[in-house]
Amino acid sequence: MVWARGLRKSYGDLEAVRGIDLDVRPGEAFGFLGPNGAGKSSTMRMIAAVSPPSAGELMILSMDPTTHGPQIRARLGVCPQDDTLDNELNVRDNLMVYGSYFGMRKAEVAARADELLDFVQLRDKAKGKVEDLSGGMKRRLTIARSLINDPDLMLLDEPTTGLDPQARHLLWDRLFRLKARGVTLVLTTHYMDEAEQLCDRLVVMDGGEIVAAGSPLELIRAHSTREVAELRFGVGDNEQNAELVADLAPRVEVLPDRLLLYTDDGEATLAQVHERGLAPMAVLVRRSTLEDVFLRLTGRTLVE
Amino acid sequence: MAPAAVLSTVTSAVPSWEMVARQRVYWATVYRRTWKGSVFTSFVLPLFYVVAMGVLLGRFVDAGGGSLDGAPSYLSFVAPGLVASYSMQVAMGETTWPVMGMIKWSRTYYAMTASPLAVADIVAGQLLYVMFRTASTGAVFLLVMSPFGVFDSWVGVLLAWPVTVLVGLSFAGVFTAYAASVNSDTAFLVVYRLLVVPLFLFSGAFFPIGNLSAPLQWVARATPLWHGVDLVRMLVLDDVQVGAALVHLGYLVLLSLVGWVLAVWRLGKRLEV
Ligand SMILES: Nc1ncnc2c1ncn2[C@@H]1O[C@H](COP(=O)(O)OP(=O)(O)O)[C@@H](O)[C@H]1O
Ligand SMILES: [Mg+2]
Repeated sequence: MVWARGLRKSYGDLEAVRGIDLDVRPGEAFGFLGPNGAGKSSTMRMIAAVSPPSAGELMILSMDPTTHGPQIRARLGVCPQDDTLDNELNVRDNLMVYGSYFGMRKAEVAARADELLDFVQLRDKAKGKVEDLSGGMKRRLTIARSLINDPDLMLLDEPTTGLDPQARHLLWDRLFRLKARGVTLVLTTHYMDEAEQLCDRLVVMDGGEIVAAGSPLELIRAHSTREVAELRFGVGDNEQNAELVADLAPRVEVLPDRLLLYTDDGEATLAQVHERGLAPMAVLVRRSTLEDVFLRLTGRTLVE
Repeated sequence: MAPAAVLSTVTSAVPSWEMVARQRVYWATVYRRTWKGSVFTSFVLPLFYVVAMGVLLGRFVDAGGGSLDGAPSYLSFVAPGLVASYSMQVAMGETTWPVMGMIKWSRTYYAMTASPLAVADIVAGQLLYVMFRTASTGAVFLLVMSPFGVFDSWVGVLLAWPVTVLVGLSFAGVFTAYAASVNSDTAFLVVYRLLVVPLFLFSGAFFPIGNLSAPLQWVARATPLWHGVDLVRMLVLDDVQVGAALVHLGYLVLLSLVGWVLAVWRLGKRLEV
């Protein structure tokens, strides 16, 4: 569906994407996980056949975007990071106008628009103003709009950024359903839980490069331990306590507000901490997540 | 190696005219929400201009007995100038702020570029809409003025109509390119004050440019508005000098083409990053 080798994007002197390789397979949900500025949106705009690559090779749906841009875009559904809904039109007319760009007949768009408004649960807002929609509703409308042409490949750039948990879950649910229908999804996110929930495979991006690739589980296995023991000491005490527990786990990370002990048996490690007479203010044993993978690979957290 | 293109999946290109035609639904919605406001101004404004400039000011001018490049009265001299100038102003109004809005505020252009439409198709849709707007305001302007007995040739009036559209287009392309290149709408005020207003006042709409000093006359002759004003005037006063008319026409067509190409280039730079 998407194939890239050595793909690059520069803006003047700034290299936003520094040579990445991609292979997105039909029917899968593929993710780009990375912090702000990693180059996710730049990559997505190239895959959307809007932004010309600065170097490297790129094929989308077996076509070259430099020669077949319109044909590629005819089969994509694009949900950009910033809303591009038309505030001057009502909810349904946003779909009607957008459908016309794909050369669909009016009756065809109308039927599809009603179906999609049902799908994203906005049927009762059909005649409402876009301005009056909540952030989550706008995102859902954008998703409905991107589905008007029944795309083979859907591109979602940070689909849930800025949404409250309830709105996120509703949106994830819709994306699961799309995937179940066989639509290939490519999405970006800086939320590790979103990447874990939605993606079959993902790449971790940082500074315009891919630093790791695989399924969420593979990545966690390859780059982290099974469990993590989190210890919270008082502010400023984390550093010095880190030295006291350094030998209890193969890897210890010091964050401003807590210590992370990477270990295969969190409870056992915690017991050893207590044996040493240390009394953290709070403790937590949890499974490793993609956040830990990112921390391991880059030395930084995903969301500051 | 790149995966080979599966031939059956590579659909053939849709012709550009169809891509442009697909935008009619969008532009119809734009027109539907603006026409009420524009109908009022496009009827009343010409009337104000003609009464104030042509009829009232014209009395003093005609009494003074100056030469008006062969026009029988000041009213009939100024009317064609006003039609052409108005077309320039409509073109500015339909390109500057709206084009910036579709880039920065409503971001409509970004929605369009995510669809199969290419930038050249989008520019064509935009400029055709401007032509539709100048054609309709121009027609109203000509109609409003016809009872004042300022036209000597009805064939000329019919030919002058597309010329006013061409005048609008010659500005619309350049203004679209400009709007796609600047970051703040204060730039438009500068253009309005330093370009549009002086053109309006000094391009032969209100007085024969022969009254300007020689260097200024040449400046006036270089401006597209003067070519438009003079051509419209020749046509409606039934006083066509073929050579000069062809030069006017050639100038306006050339500027329209250059503006169109510039608009595609600048908007492409702005959107395809
Ligand atoms: N149109 C642009 N012009 C100049 N620089 C840009 C542009 N778009 C993105 N950048 C820069 O490229 C880098 C990567 O940005 P982006 O692709 O938006 O990352 P992400 O989506 O992962 O946050 C950032 O440093 C950003 O400032
Ligand atoms: Mg981004």
